[in-house]
Amino acid sequence: MRARRGWAWMWMFLGSLYFFIPLLGTFLFSLHGKRGVLSFAAYHRVFADPHFLETFTFSLQMAILTIIVGLTLLIPTVIWIHLRAPWAKPIVETCSLLPFVIPPIVLVFGLIRMYSSPPFQIVSSRGLLVAGYVVLSFPYIYRSVDAGLRAIDLRGLTEAAQSLGAGWGTIMFRVVLPNMRVSLLSAAFLTFSIVIGELTLAVMLAWPAFGPYMAHVGRDLAYEPAAIAILSFLLTWGLIGLMQLASRSIGGQSSTLGGTH
Amino acid sequence: MIDQPAGQRGARSVRPFSLPPSHAWLGILPFALFALAFMILPAGSLLLGSFQDPQGSFTLANIAHLTRPDILKCYLVSIEVSAVTALASGLFGLLLAYSVTLGGLPKGLRSGLLTFSGVASNFAGVPLAFAFIATMGRVGMVTVVLKTVFGINLYNHGFSLYSFWGLCLTYLYFQLPLMVLIITPSLDGMKKEWREASESLGASKTQYWLHIGLPILAPPLLSSMILLFGNAFGAYATAYALTGGLLNLVPILIGAQIQGDVLHDPNLGYALAFGMVIVMTICILAYTALQKHASRWLK
Repeated sequence: MRARRGWAWMWMFLGSLYFFIPLLGTFLFSLHGKRGVLSFAAYHRVFADPHFLETFTFSLQMAILTIIVGLTLLIPTVIWIHLRAPWAKPIVETCSLLPFVIPPIVLVFGLIRMYSSPPFQIVSSRGLLVAGYVVLSFPYIYRSVDAGLRAIDLRGLTEAAQSLGAGWGTIMFRVVLPNMRVSLLSAAFLTFSIVIGELTLAVMLAWPAFGPYMAHVGRDLAYEPAAIAILSFLLTWGLIGLMQLASRSIGGQSSTLGGTH
Repeated sequence: MIDQPAGQRGARSVRPFSLPPSHAWLGILPFALFALAFMILPAGSLLLGSFQDPQGSFTLANIAHLTRPDILKCYLVSIEVSAVTALASGLFGLLLAYSVTLGGLPKGLRSGLLTFSGVASNFAGVPLAFAFIATMGRVGMVTVVLKTVFGINLYNHGFSLYSFWGLCLTYLYFQLPLMVLIITPSLDGMKKEWREASESLGASKTQYWLHIGLPILAPPLLSSMILLFGNAFGAYATAYALTGGLLNLVPILIGAQIQGDVLHDPNLGYALAFGMVIVMTICILAYTALQKHASRWLK
């Protein structure tokens, strides 16, 4: 027993080293923005760059649009499957998991091939970027919504509401959705964290998004990228923290598995 | 349990498989159309393109060209990076998860590790590459400390962050936490009673692991590693930001092909993408098959 715990401590120690050294190293590196002294100069320069705010705002808008489109598309579909069309579950489930099989680089290749010539010449529209992002977030949104619906007695709730005279609007917005807000929140956070720094689609479709901006900074500068890495880690940490906080205070399950690499 | 009349049983088993109600399919139409337009048809057009020559007539030449030495090399490097990181993070992740579940470490460490893993598995792409450049790059903090304090110059000993092993080391940062997250539930499912039963029957620790522990853990372990393999195989952003285009991976080559005709043949590019989908499909099929097997013991 003691030997086992000793090993356990050692693996934990090695793991912590691997996890924390890059963070510590990056943080220390980012403080060297001014010659000879430790300072937050690199951070100041990152925030002072107008492109930082521009590209971040752009990606923020894309993230919000993706969340809206993704949820509007998937919530009714999954509810419909649960209530009326259980036979369609395998079809929708497979479609939602397909993005695991089609990597982003392949997806964007296909989108470009299909939509850069008539009759559908929409390769330069923001809509296509958002559509691609919605596809990338399918697995995460589907899983969250499905888990949220499975955790409640959907049929019982809708039938009870109906017998009390509620219409479909009331049922959706005042009964079903409030009962699955944790799952919806976790879907939104995961989608946000995927889209905000996404590189592949944004670079290939030539959008001034935050991901390509970061890559650009990395090519030209030394200390600012480290500062961006720290900021981005804090952002991810904040998002996951908010997600767990929500699930703890409201109750319910949330999955943190995600990310495009 | 009272035996049900045959007719009732029949009706029961028929209902889930009955024909869909006439208009129920309308409800999934919006989703189906969206998936078709922005995922299935685009991917399908690549599939089609990989069997066409530039003039649009049918050919198998693109598929045959996948065996060209330079392209084969690309697939090989991609597969090696994915296999090495899947194996390394698979084993190390298992040990980490083991130490917070069965290893008897304090409860606080467990939730700490899981929370951190949730964050780290989402921390990838460009910022992750930056973090490793700042740490292990030519003038990174660790490189400099090793050089000035310990007199070890990593870059003189054949290490480079921008090469194969550097990429593996970087990928490990999102692979390892992912492994911890997916294998922890399986370790939680290992019942204490199995160990106690085997001990009371006189089995040694080695015998327990050899005949009980590992056979039960093997399917989830293997399926997790397959998932990690696929995860690394499709990764583009991290490799792009880290190596630029120095290391020829399949996603990097496809990316270069999209931005300019580096293969001098767009249809070969489609075949390249098609090959990638094939590898990923094999991964996911193997994963689901093993998962089914795994869920027999570990609930």
